[in-house]
Amino acid sequence: MAFWIASSPHNHNQTKTPNLMRLVIYATLPGILAQWYFFGWGNLIHIGIAMITALVCEFTVLSLRKKPIAHELLDGSALLTALLLGICLPALAPWWISVIGTIFAIVIVKQLYGGLGHNPFNPAMAGYVMLLVSFPLQMTLWQPPLSLVAVDLNFTNTLTTILTGFTVEGYSVEQVRNTLDGITMATPLDTLKTNINQGLTVLESLNNPVFGDNFALGWEWINAGFLLGGLFLIFKKAIAWQTPVSFLISLFICSFIGYSMSPDSSASTMFHWFSGATMLGAFFILTDPVTGATSTKGRIIVGLLAGLLVYLIRTAGGYPDGIAFAILLCNMSAPLIDQYTRPRTYGHLKGDK
Amino acid sequence: MVESVIERITRGHFWDFHGGIHPPEQKMLTASKPIKQLALPKQLIIPLQQHIGREGDLLVKIGDKVLKGQALTLSTNPMVVPIHAPTSGTISAIQMSVIAHPSGLSQLCVFLDVDGADTWRKKTVCADIEQLSNSEIIEKIADAGIAGMGGAGFPTHIKVNSKPDINFLIINGAECEPYITADDLLMMEQSNAIVDGIKILDKLLTPAFILIAIEDNKPKAIKALQQASAAIEKIKVCVVPTKYPAGGEKQLIQILTGQEVPSGRLPIHTGIVMQNIATCFAINDAVRHDIPLIRRVVTVTGQALNKPQNVWALLGTPINFLLQQCAVQAIENEQQPVIMGGPMMGFSVSSELVPIVKTSNCILVPSKTEMPSAFEKESKEVECIRCGQCSDVCPSQLLPQELQWSAKAKDYPQLEKLNLSDCIDCGACAYVCPSQIPLVHYYRIAKAEIRQQQQLDLKAEKAKTRFEARKLRLEKEKTARQEKQKKAAAARKAAMNKATPEATDAKSAVAAALARVKAKKAAKSQSSTAEAQNNLAQSNELATEATNPIDEQKTQVAAAIARAKAKRILKQEAANKPISSNEPVKQTVTELLEVSQPPSNDDKKVKIAAAIAKAKAKKLSKAADAVQSVYRPESTEAEKTVTLTDKKAKIAAAVAKAKAKKKTKEARNLAGTVKNNDQDSG
Amino acid sequence: MNILLAILVLGSIAAIFGALLGYASIRFKVDADPIVEQLDALLPQTQCGQCGYPGCKPYAQAVADGEAINKCAPGGEDTIKKIADLMGVEVQPLDESHVQGDTTASNRPKVAFIIEEDCIGCTKCIQACPVDAIIGAAKQMHTIIIDECTGCDLCVAPCPVDCIEMRELPDTIHNWQWDLTSIPVKQLD
Repeated sequence: MAFWIASSPHNHNQTKTPNLMRLVIYATLPGILAQWYFFGWGNLIHIGIAMITALVCEFTVLSLRKKPIAHELLDGSALLTALLLGICLPALAPWWISVIGTIFAIVIVKQLYGGLGHNPFNPAMAGYVMLLVSFPLQMTLWQPPLSLVAVDLNFTNTLTTILTGFTVEGYSVEQVRNTLDGITMATPLDTLKTNINQGLTVLESLNNPVFGDNFALGWEWINAGFLLGGLFLIFKKAIAWQTPVSFLISLFICSFIGYSMSPDSSASTMFHWFSGATMLGAFFILTDPVTGATSTKGRIIVGLLAGLLVYLIRTAGGYPDGIAFAILLCNMSAPLIDQYTRPRTYGHLKGDK
Repeated sequence: MVESVIERITRGHFWDFHGGIHPPEQKMLTASKPIKQLALPKQLIIPLQQHIGREGDLLVKIGDKVLKGQALTLSTNPMVVPIHAPTSGTISAIQMSVIAHPSGLSQLCVFLDVDGADTWRKKTVCADIEQLSNSEIIEKIADAGIAGMGGAGFPTHIKVNSKPDINFLIINGAECEPYITADDLLMMEQSNAIVDGIKILDKLLTPAFILIAIEDNKPKAIKALQQASAAIEKIKVCVVPTKYPAGGEKQLIQILTGQEVPSGRLPIHTGIVMQNIATCFAINDAVRHDIPLIRRVVTVTGQALNKPQNVWALLGTPINFLLQQCAVQAIENEQQPVIMGGPMMGFSVSSELVPIVKTSNCILVPSKTEMPSAFEKESKEVECIRCGQCSDVCPSQLLPQELQWSAKAKDYPQLEKLNLSDCIDCGACAYVCPSQIPLVHYYRIAKAEIRQQQQLDLKAEKAKTRFEARKLRLEKEKTARQEKQKKAAAARKAAMNKATPEATDAKSAVAAALARVKAKKAAKSQSSTAEAQNNLAQSNELATEATNPIDEQKTQVAAAIARAKAKRILKQEAANKPISSNEPVKQTVTELLEVSQPPSNDDKKVKIAAAIAKAKAKKLSKAADAVQSVYRPESTEAEKTVTLTDKKAKIAAAVAKAKAKKKTKEARNLAGTVKNNDQDSG
Repeated sequence: MNILLAILVLGSIAAIFGALLGYASIRFKVDADPIVEQLDALLPQTQCGQCGYPGCKPYAQAVADGEAINKCAPGGEDTIKKIADLMGVEVQPLDESHVQGDTTASNRPKVAFIIEEDCIGCTKCIQACPVDAIIGAAKQMHTIIIDECTGCDLCVAPCPVDCIEMRELPDTIHNWQWDLTSIPVKQLD
């Protein structure tokens, strides 16, 4: 028996980063399931394409950077990025959208900045924004909920649409997006924005079938699914509760103020909560530790800022949903926020840090 | 304020400190077994320094027989704590040995061969401590060699000899580190002695209240101390929630009083003194029973042991003895960590001979299944993802993730800005880090480097002032000298200007003196050139001088010059033809050696000259070698040849050495030029 | 007319801002440490003279006057980096021609050591020592005050009998820097 020298502490709670990533991936399941139920196979196919692309990109860059490949490739961070991007994409967007988006996210936003832990921006959101800015047409190929679609969107049809732009029967993407009534569909947020710009009141717009019975057909359940997953993550202490809570409160307050000032031209608070990517952003993207603030106070501030920005972009901006932009802006300000929200060290007075 | 704190405590309410963790406690391995008395080991290794401060002066020498409790070192300074013989025996050695320190470095230790009789020195038991004055008690504590037994090892007599207005005396029985049960068992078995020790502290410090803090995972100890202290109004037994590191000095103060110890200051500045349970026990032993600190309770634990338990270990007991007593399992082909202290803050020891010292409370030998991270050969560190779990658990509310970046970047000013100095090394951050970054290790390195940098800065500052002072002194000396010369010149001038017969006399006298000086100088320069030209030549001449003493100096000089010239030519040849040059040089050398053999005369001078010549000759051959191969700047050969014990000879040797040095330098320069020439031509 | 007006307006704006800037430069003048002092503070104060200047302060003065920043051998790369930062110039590699002694030796701090039986008491080293760290008198044995020695090497060359050598300071628990890999590990049977 020989002695072994090590530095204290000698014990460890045996948590590992890959486990953390895996847990987050599992927590997206309820949301993905709801997405699949209401919108079909589109996003699952995109997730698959994105994941494969992510692994290939990660492998290539890691070998170029001469990093330990097996170790970092399987740490789950690239898969998580691909997963989040796949969830966000329009279900019927062509396959190369997710490929380009993932390459951008992994190679440029993540690895070129130094890999895991060094990227200033959330790769999935940066990839999404890049796609949104560069391919506005493809990125608005939103598919209406299955119940409103005329064409039977089974797996094969969805796959061929994504790969070729046409279903097996030869319907084009545009035709697929038409409802039973022959109207081209957009997301609820988009529809609402267009309608309000056209002078319609919120109440009038809500007659549109895309809003369903509550706030947004399908979307509300997807958001509920992500909310569930997020609560699970908070329960498992995988994410900090401060960010999503402050974000949702901030969004609630902003939309409440807007709604009470002019109910005709503003959506309700719950509509803001349960449509678009609100819950996904709150629990899965804003909480990304690498690009977020680290101090408790900082997390709260980031959440509040993100809520405000999302509301402003949704109501006053040019894009229907503002989660991605808001998150990138928060990523940018996170280091500064961290700088000014350092906790007071034990034994130091408030003033002298 | 003090009253409100006490009110809270009596209601069972405590403050909380930031962060903290709940690692697996594993205290049940040893908590249920009584403290075992061990047989005497064969040999004890007692380090001279077992506390913070300095070593004392040795009182014993090798071969001395010492009795149990006899002092081995003398305290000459308040920061020195004496050590004592833990049992009777013979001092077999006083030498460097590996001590209980993470570095595995050695320090001076006394090796005591145990005779087995365990005979005490004379003890003077004190029946009534009320009769002793405070200074007498403090003296007894100091003489007993008591230093804080919780971990740091601060001399206790300094801590108890402080200013009068103490609000709280806190007795730290929290023992928050996993595995360790030494204080727990001591409290269970010796509660009365501990309370007696606390009474002595009470007498010394007269605090407003005495708080005994125990974590709520030690119900038996709590009960024992509550019973033992029931009669004393002042003492409150505080049952604090179990959380690591509640037993840290600063954290415990925060839990009990809600106060924070200002950064860079001691608890005493806020009117608080903290003592460890084991220290209280030792104080009682020392003051009442005249038993110096020679033993302590050590938890020997871990799942690699068949019989983990607490033992009474004599200070100086090597850990292999303790491990044998607790039946360590042999682990085949596996490197087994042996940790002194707990799993969170202990250090791994490098040798089985590391002795138990005043601060060692635990020997931990974990099995691979219970503590896999202690066995990991390589750091499994991956990139920090800024999850912030470390700052959530940091009891000092630091930002470990930012500290880690700055520590890796060696950005020391930033580390100081982030208050690295307030880190207590508790290891909570590294324990929870999902990226498995050895955070504490990075901080330790950074702290050590910052400390060293500070010392270097201090030294540089000192060097600078010394340099400036020296410059000033030289300047002053120079001006003083100039002043003196000026004065002398002025005086001379004045004397010369006086147109008196005496003055003319003086003038001629001065002129004569000047002429004399000139003549002398000339003679001197002649002889010195001769000497300077070549010592070899001189030696030869001296040899000839011995046979033909009437030879004139002039011819000597001429001969010397001729020889020197010849030699130079030879050398040049040697340098220019490095490979084939050995021949002539060697020839010269042998020639010279021959010459240096004293023909007949046993004159001392000749002997010296011979020695010089020999040295020179050796040097020369070496120089030739050096041209061929590598230059060796120094040589002891010349020194060796000179075996004359005479003082003069020594001087001669020194001169020879100096000359030799010069020669090597010349040879080197020569070689350099040769090289340059080669380069030029090439 | 328009041109005149434009010239007038622009001219007056220029004048106002000029006056403002001039006032600010006087009013908010930053009294920085003289650059020489700052440079001197960065240098290691070994006073070794390897840079070619008699001491650290003169070299600091020279750097301030435009001398190369890479001549301080004891300070090494760290010092060069700091000077480069201060002077706002590029970091340069250490100028090897200003390194005396063995450069391949380890980077550990060294102090001079006098082999006392060989010392002849010539006082040459005392005269060479820039910080008065050598005690001794003519024909008396000399010794080094270890705590004051800067390890500058300057006493080694003048010694006529080569009795001074540079020795590394030993590792003690006081200056140990948590280098766990260097600990020899013993077998336990």
